[in-house]
Amino acid sequence: MAECCGTRAKLIYACSGAADVGEIADRVVRKLRKQGNFLMTCLAGIGAGLSGYVQSAKGAEQNITIDGCPVACARKTLERIGVTPTSYILTELGLVKGKTAVTETVVNEICEKIKNSGNAKPASKSTISNCCS
Amino acid sequence: MKIEILGTGCAKCHKLEEMVKKVLHDSKTDAEVNKIQDIKKIMSYGVMMTPALVIDNDVKIAGKMPTEEQIKSWLIGS
Repeated sequence: MAECCGTRAKLIYACSGAADVGEIADRVVRKLRKQGNFLMTCLAGIGAGLSGYVQSAKGAEQNITIDGCPVACARKTLERIGVTPTSYILTELGLVKGKTAVTETVVNEICEKIKNSGNAKPASKSTISNCCS
Repeated sequence: MKIEILGTGCAKCHKLEEMVKKVLHDSKTDAEVNKIQDIKKIMSYGVMMTPALVIDNDVKIAGKMPTEEQIKSWLIGS
């Protein structure tokens, strides 16, 4: 859902990589979006150089990337367009690549760690429907 | 030239439209200007925040207001 005027827009991206931690990154971002904390958007759109995605990233109050592992594809994709995101790497949050079961419990734990980290504070109100006047 | 102003009707969207029309008028540049308020059409550009300005299907800015100088450079070159 698009945000009017972008005053508090916080965009979040998952690496959605092939490994277990990539899948967890994807599920974490979808969960955070459903909770109304952040606006999820497509990392692939930025990688493809599509102007709407690129300009949205440049216009956002905050961009947050969730990468499964230190390769940090999501963070580096944002950096390539000159945007420095708030970066989370799941292996630095305790997950082990190739040895982590993709469960709801793990997804919930990571969501809580991100929300409580202080670096990716959710918007105080829903960012979805409010519009400037 | 085809210009689209993306926005759901907020003050900044109206302001952006005014700025674009002023630059076109001052520079005597002909262009088709359309306001796009349909959220599905807006999101078809991958735009997550408005106001946004699209020139010939290329999104120039989203989620913040451009300066008049920026608009001039996009529309008529600097």
